Amino acid sequence: MTAEAAIQQQRRGLAVPRFPPGDLAIWIFILAELLVFALFFAAYAFTRMQHIALFDRYQAMLNRDAALINTLALLTASYFVMRGVVAAREGQGRLCARWTWAAVGMGALFLVVKSSEYAHHLHAGINLSTNTFYMFYLSLTFFHFLHVILGMVILVAVALKAGRGGYTPEEHTGVETGASYWHMVDLVWLVLFPLVYVMK
Amino acid sequence: MQYKSQAVAKPYFIAAIGLFVGQILFGLIIGMQYVVGDFLFPEIPFNVARMVHTNLLIVWLLFGFMGAAYYLVPEESERELVSPGLAILMFWVFLIAGALTVLGYLLVPYSGLAEMTGNSVLPTMGREFLEQPTITKAGIVVVALAFLYNVGLTILKGRKTVVSLVLLIGLAGLAVLFLFSFYNPDNLAKDKFYWWWVVHLWVEGVWELILGSILAFVLIKTTGVDREVIEKWLYVIIAMTLITGIIGTGHHYYWIGTPDYWQWWGSIFSALEPIPFFMMTVFAFNMVNRRRRNHPNKAAVLWALGTAVMAFLGAGVWGFLHTLAPVNYYTHGSQITAAHGHMAFYGAYVMIVLTMISYAMPMLRGRSAANSEASQVLEMWSFWLMTVSMVFITLFLTGAGILQTYLQRYSSDPLPFMVVQEKISLFYWMREVAGLMFLIGLVVYVASFFVGSRQPEATAVVEGSAA
Repeated sequence: MTAEAAIQQQRRGLAVPRFPPGDLAIWIFILAELLVFALFFAAYAFTRMQHIALFDRYQAMLNRDAALINTLALLTASYFVMRGVVAAREGQGRLCARWTWAAVGMGALFLVVKSSEYAHHLHAGINLSTNTFYMFYLSLTFFHFLHVILGMVILVAVALKAGRGGYTPEEHTGVETGASYWHMVDLVWLVLFPLVYVMK
Repeated sequence: MQYKSQAVAKPYFIAAIGLFVGQILFGLIIGMQYVVGDFLFPEIPFNVARMVHTNLLIVWLLFGFMGAAYYLVPEESERELVSPGLAILMFWVFLIAGALTVLGYLLVPYSGLAEMTGNSVLPTMGREFLEQPTITKAGIVVVALAFLYNVGLTILKGRKTVVSLVLLIGLAGLAVLFLFSFYNPDNLAKDKFYWWWVVHLWVEGVWELILGSILAFVLIKTTGVDREVIEKWLYVIIAMTLITGIIGTGHHYYWIGTPDYWQWWGSIFSALEPIPFFMMTVFAFNMVNRRRRNHPNKAAVLWALGTAVMAFLGAGVWGFLHTLAPVNYYTHGSQITAAHGHMAFYGAYVMIVLTMISYAMPMLRGRSAANSEASQVLEMWSFWLMTVSMVFITLFLTGAGILQTYLQRYSSDPLPFMVVQEKISLFYWMREVAGLMFLIGLVVYVASFFVGSRQPEATAVVEGSAA
C-alpha cells in the first residue's frame, strides 16, 4: 500500500469513530483492573451484610463532604479529558494539552483532599487492623488512590506529547488511550463513593 | 547466530540440562521414599534428597535464565556482550560452587555443613529452599552481580528494546530480592514474612517478567509478527503480573502471625494471578496464528505454546484452587500444594527454559535455524512424554491432597497424619510411576541432541505465498 493510500484509508476510518477508542491493549488492561475492583466491591458487600451495624456506625464517621468534592473533581477531570480528545480530533494540539493539564489539576485536587482525609484517620490512630470496616475502607480507597496517580502519570505523558504537537487528527490514539484509562479511574470512584460513603 | 559472544550461552544450557537430570533422579528417590520409607536409608535421608531436588531445580533454572539472557541480549542489543570472558568465568564459579554445595548436602550432616561453612558468623541456613550455606549464598550474589553487569551494560550500550528491558528488570529484581535470604530475624513470623519476599516474589513476580520476555523473544523470532504488537502484549502482561503478584504475596500470610487484613488482600489479589497467565496463553496462540512465516524449528514453537498453556494451568488454575483464605484454611501445606508446585514450576519455568534452549541450541551448534527433522521429532516426543507425565503427577497429587484434606482436616472424625498417609499411598505409587515416565521423556529429550546431527536441517513447510 502506498503512503497516499494509507492516509486515504485513515481518513475514511475517521468518518466512523473507531470502537473501542484508543489502543486495544488498554482495554484489556481496563477490563482486568475492573475485575480487581469488582472482586473487592463484592467482598465488601458480602462482609457488610454480616456486620451491618458495625459498617453503618463507622461509615457515619467518614467525611462525606470531602468525598463529594472528590466526586466532582473526578467528574470534572473526565469532562476536561473529553474536551482534550475533541481538541485532538480537530488537530488543536495546544488546546488538547491545556484541557489535559486541567484534568491533571483536578486529579491533584483529588489527591490533596483524599490525603487530608487519610491524615485525619492517621491522627485518630486508625489503621488497617482497627476493624473490618476500616480495613475495607482504607484498602479500597488507597488502591483507588494509587490508580488516580497512575491515571495522572498517563495524562501528563499525553499532555506533554500533545503540547509538542505529537498528535494529528489522523493519529491521536494516545489521547484516546489515556482518556479511556482515566474514565475507568473515574468510573470506579463512582461505584466506590456510594458503596463506601453513602449506602445505608 | 548473529553475534559471536552469544556462544557463551551454550555451556550454561548444557549445565542446566545436566542438573535437570540430577533433579529428576532425586525426585524419583523422594517419590519412592514416600511409599518405601527406608529406601536408600541411611545413605540418603528424605530431607536431604528433598533439599537436593528443590535446590537443583532452582540452580538449573538460574543456569537456564542466564544462558537465555546471554543468547537473547546481544541479538536484541545488536552488539556483542561486554565481556564474554567474564560470562565463562562466572559459569565455572557457579557450577563449582553449586556442585560443592550439593556434595556438602549429600556427604556431610547438615549441621556439620553449617559448622564447616561458618554459618554462625551470619546464620542464614536451615530455611526451606534457602538451605544453601551462607558462603554459597554470597557466591550466588557475586555471580548475579557479575552477570547483571555484563548483561546490563550490553543492553545500555546497545539498542534498547522492550524485551531486553523487561528481561533486565526481571533479572535485577531476582538479584535484589535474593538479598532477603541474608535477613534472618529471630522472630519466626518476621522470618517467614521476608522469606516469602525471596520465594514468592521470585516465582510470582520477577521470574514472570523473565518468562514473559523470553517468550516474547522466541515468538518474535519464530512467527515474524511485528515487534510492536508483541511488545504491547508484553507490557499489559507484566503490568497485570505486578499488580496481582506483589500484593498476592498475602496468600502466604494467612496463618503466620500477620494482621488479619492479609487474608483479604491475599485472597483478592492472588485470585487474580491467573489473569496474566491467561493473557500469556491468548498472546502465544494469537501470535502463532498470525505468523508471517513458518519457522523450520517446529519444536521450539511447540515448547513456546506448551509453556503458555501449562503455566496457565499449573500456576494459574492450580494456584487458584487453594489460594482463597477459607479454602487454604483446610488445604494449607497438603499435597494440593505439592501438586501446584510441580505443575507451576514445570509449566512456567522449566518449559520456558526448554523453549529457549530449543530455539537457540541449533544455532549454537552451527545450524542456521533448526535441527534435522529426526532430531525435532524426538524432541517433540520428549515434550509430550514429559508434559503428559507432569499432568498425571499433578492429578495424582491433587487426588492425594483432596483425600488428605478431607480425611485429616475436614471430616467429622479426623484421622491422624500417618494413618491418612497410609490410606492415600496408592496415589503416591501412581505418582512415582508417572515420575518414571517423566524420566523416560527426559532421556528422550537428551537423546534428541545426539540423533540426526548429521542429517540436513529441517525446512519450513511453505504455506501459500509465505516464505
